[in-house]
Amino acid sequence: MSVLRLLQLMRRTGRVAETAPALPEQWDGVPAALSGSIQIRHVDAGSCNGCEIEIGAVFGPVYDAERYGARLVASPRHADVLLVTGVVTRNMSEALVRTVEATPRPRLVIAVGDCARNCGVFADGHAVVGSVSDVVDVDLEVAGCPPEPDQIIAALRSVTGR
Amino acid sequence: MNWTATAVALLQVLIATLVAPLVIGITRQTRARLEGRVGAGILQPWRDLRKLLRKETLQANGVSWISSIGPIVVMASSLLVAALLPLISTLTLPFVPDDLFVVVSVLLIGTVAVALIGLDVGSAFGGMGSSRHMMIAALVEPTVLVAVYALSIPAGSSLLSSIVATRLDAPAVILSPVSLLAVVALFVAVLAETGRLPVDNPSTHLELTMVHEAMILESSGRDLAWLELGSWLRLSALLGLVANLMIPWGLATDATVLALVVGTIALLLKLTVFAAALGAGEVFLAKLRLFRVPELLAGSFVLAFLAVTASYLVT
Amino acid sequence: MSTRTRPDHRSIAFGDWTMNPVEAALTAELLLAALACAVAAVAPASMRRYLAGIATIAMAASGIVAGGLALSGHSGGLWAPTALPTVNLTLAPDRLGGLFIVIASAVTLLAALYAIGYVHGAADSRSAWLAFILFTFGLQMVPAAGDIITFLLAWELMALGSGVLVLTDHRTRPQARSAALWYAVMTQLSFLLILAGFAALASVAGTTTFDALVTVSPTSTTGALAFTLLILGFATKAGLVPLHIWLPRAHPEAPSHASAVMSAAMVKMGVYGTLLVVLRFMPGGPAWWGIVLLSLGGISAVYGILQASVTSDVKRLLAYSTTENIGLIFLAIGASVLLASYHLTAASQAALLAALLLAISHAAFKCSLFLGAGAIVAATGERNLDRLGGLGVRMPWTAAAFGVAALGAAALPVTSGFVAEWTLFQSFIHGATRDAISVAVALPVAVAVVALTAGLALVTFVKLYGIGFLARPRSQGADDAHEVSHPMRWAALIGAGAVIALGVFPGPVAQVLASAVGIGDVATIGFGGLSLPSLGVLLDPMALAITALVCALPVVVVSALSARRHPRRATELPWGCGGARVSPRMQYTATSYAEPLMRVFDDTLRPEQDVVVTHATESRYLVAQVRYRQKLSDVIEVRGYRPLLEFVDRLGVVSRRLQNGSVHRYLTFSFVALIVVLIVVSL
Repeated sequence: MSVLRLLQLMRRTGRVAETAPALPEQWDGVPAALSGSIQIRHVDAGSCNGCEIEIGAVFGPVYDAERYGARLVASPRHADVLLVTGVVTRNMSEALVRTVEATPRPRLVIAVGDCARNCGVFADGHAVVGSVSDVVDVDLEVAGCPPEPDQIIAALRSVTGR
Repeated sequence: MNWTATAVALLQVLIATLVAPLVIGITRQTRARLEGRVGAGILQPWRDLRKLLRKETLQANGVSWISSIGPIVVMASSLLVAALLPLISTLTLPFVPDDLFVVVSVLLIGTVAVALIGLDVGSAFGGMGSSRHMMIAALVEPTVLVAVYALSIPAGSSLLSSIVATRLDAPAVILSPVSLLAVVALFVAVLAETGRLPVDNPSTHLELTMVHEAMILESSGRDLAWLELGSWLRLSALLGLVANLMIPWGLATDATVLALVVGTIALLLKLTVFAAALGAGEVFLAKLRLFRVPELLAGSFVLAFLAVTASYLVT
Repeated sequence: MSTRTRPDHRSIAFGDWTMNPVEAALTAELLLAALACAVAAVAPASMRRYLAGIATIAMAASGIVAGGLALSGHSGGLWAPTALPTVNLTLAPDRLGGLFIVIASAVTLLAALYAIGYVHGAADSRSAWLAFILFTFGLQMVPAAGDIITFLLAWELMALGSGVLVLTDHRTRPQARSAALWYAVMTQLSFLLILAGFAALASVAGTTTFDALVTVSPTSTTGALAFTLLILGFATKAGLVPLHIWLPRAHPEAPSHASAVMSAAMVKMGVYGTLLVVLRFMPGGPAWWGIVLLSLGGISAVYGILQASVTSDVKRLLAYSTTENIGLIFLAIGASVLLASYHLTAASQAALLAALLLAISHAAFKCSLFLGAGAIVAATGERNLDRLGGLGVRMPWTAAAFGVAALGAAALPVTSGFVAEWTLFQSFIHGATRDAISVAVALPVAVAVVALTAGLALVTFVKLYGIGFLARPRSQGADDAHEVSHPMRWAALIGAGAVIALGVFPGPVAQVLASAVGIGDVATIGFGGLSLPSLGVLLDPMALAITALVCALPVVVVSALSARRHPRRATELPWGCGGARVSPRMQYTATSYAEPLMRVFDDTLRPEQDVVVTHATESRYLVAQVRYRQKLSDVIEVRGYRPLLEFVDRLGVVSRRLQNGSVHRYLTFSFVALIVVLIVVSL
């Protein structure tokens, strides 16, 4: 698309982001260092990608989680919060443990979705090790299959306080 | 010992360091607004830095002192560049004039330090980022040196502060073909050197598309804080240089308090405009394939060389 | 040899017999060389390296004294009569010669110190030590020579000694033989060209002493002919493109102490010869001389560093880097000649100063790099950079010396290379003029060439240091490495120390160099910084370093405070995407590091690439093995030399018909030749 048409599109579209909902209450285990700014590394331990689509929406223009101080990063060394989706499969259990260990403290692990919390629909599957809390320490949970972007954002905002 | 010039340089470093995260914040915010988002606010990079300094720093087995000293070297080189370049005033430090070659060499120290950090990790990504980064640095150097050489011919000196001061005295030079071509070439070189689009995408998550990010994948805590702040400071200082080459008004030519205040405010305004322009420009650009980057750099080199030719043909 | 005594108030008096200090030093050097040869010949094998090494160090030390005296202005020399009536062998170094004697002797000293710890097996034999002593002696006599015959004799001695040294390891490495052959042929080619050039000069001057050769005018045909022949000869010795083919073959094959001397000092004799031609014999040369030198130097610089940046053999990389550095020196000399021909004196002198600074800087860092490379090869048994790694923790002293020398080679602050390139840039910037077209075209191109060279040098030395010393070892040999013996360490460290010392105190150094070539107007300023008042520029690396430390101080303080509250924690593995297989094989190798550059410059480098896919027996869709082969050979050799050699071969085959062994045919040739001579004589 040419520059001119792109500019016209920007003008027509205007603001896409919806207004921010009310600030949820702060989670009491938040480390002081993490208020106002968290870097998030997403780990897919074996999900169906439904939660990933919702997380994608969270960081998209409509919900725009960046305005609350949350940003996705590529390496767990840069991250403070690990968003873990999906039930922990056999192939990914060691990788999940190593990813959590690779994250510098203070760090939080947020289990997103029913599969991460309690294996959801994949309980007793042949390749399943367990839920995320069976493998690593989980600090926050977001329920839902998949959870609404609002719920994920509420969890993030309870950490950043913005 | 010229203490006023030293004090001015210190002021310049302080202001540049405070402003560098804001420059990145403005760039990100402009981009966010143009894309229809709200954005995190201009102060978010400062919050990120503060958080990083409060996190622990990890060091893997087998990683050497380069990973811990390297980020400090990067910061020191960026601070030195901020002290040398004519950002607020055209005064130079005694015995350390901001000669073109000296400034480029100091920038290259930072480049080499990051490249060695990438290799020190011993992972495939680090080596990859380091190799691409050094290739781009090697191809950018002719453009930078020839572009500033072209600018130095009308000024008669290769000191950057003299070049900017000449443009302040004779503003007609700014719109001459030499100057326009050289500044455009220099701007492309600055984009390549600081790892911005279209040469490198600073916010990519795909390791195979990374150049700068790949080298710092292993850094955490204060190592990462210094590396980030160092690269932001580099970008701000170089943007400030390009801004002062295009719009030199406001620069302090002496050390009076009024001139320095005006200089500071002028720098803040210019950096705001240029940071916003950079952010806006990045909305329209996609990252170039790695092996198209040498073509872009060769094109900028041709512009720089044309600038030199123009300096001989056009008075 | 007889010594000519001169009534000089600076003479040294031994009772009734007074001697000029330079003469004394040169005589001492001759005697020490003879002593060293004797020691090398008779010493028992277990003590040979120590005795011969110390004797060589003593010879080198006397060389430094002699060179230093000549450099500071003492005149004097030795002469000896020969069988020819007006020809004497003269050793009479002037200031410039003194400078190069100092360079050669200093490098010899470090190499000899290194050799004490390094030599073993074939390199510790009598012939190898004798060859080394004769080689370095000849090397130190070349700049001392005062007439053509002495110069050529010393030149040949140098070539002979180094030729034997290249052959040292021929039993274990068969490529040493072909390397020695190439080296011998190219060195004799250079000798022939130099001989022809000197003959041209001597035919006009009538005599062979250097002082008399200044009578040849630069603009005459003889002058042009002599210039071309001499420059081609010295360029071959210096290893400039396209006559550089022997350098990447011969320097790696010689033992490391010899490689260091060959690369750091012997190629400087090509530079010395060129300086003799343009400064002493025929000063004031026309502009085209400058253009020729500029082009030769520029092409060599870019080609050399390009080849260095893509090669994975450590010593081959350093050899190509020598081509690059010598190319830069020739570029600087060419710029100086060009600018001088248009009377841009200040810029011309700056360019000449830059050439000398580049020369001493290269001697320091290349010596240290080759000695370090020898240490690596000795400790790991690997020459291939792709199989090294992790040597920084295993060989810390060598790593330190190598790292500093690599910084100097990449011309980063605060090393000698940085000062030298800064000076070169100042001469380009202040030589810019609209009046002369050749200058207006040549200088920006030269700036671009030097910039590209500097950029590629950065890649090369980051690759060399980063892949070789950082991260984890890529082979068992690298893993088993440990630090080398003290003489080897100290030699490399002293070289690295010189790189820093020359870089931090450029003012006094530049003043000494300026006096060697008769440049005025170089001053020391600030903390030993260099100032060129006629150009109005100054560089104070010490002040730059202090400013950098001041800038780094707050960062260090904040880091330390933060470290107290959040100390650094050790973890087991680096981040590798959560996998446990973080093997050293996953690291980037030198070949992969250089791959983007190789792709960008593949038209110039023309790599041969081969992919062989072996399919599984069950199905063509399954792959059992993929084999990738890449070969990088020197383009100039493949496309220039091989066709030439094949052509000469074909000529040989044709001429076999002329010389087929039949006596009748040979008698016919003689008869025809006599007839031709009779006809010519009777005309």
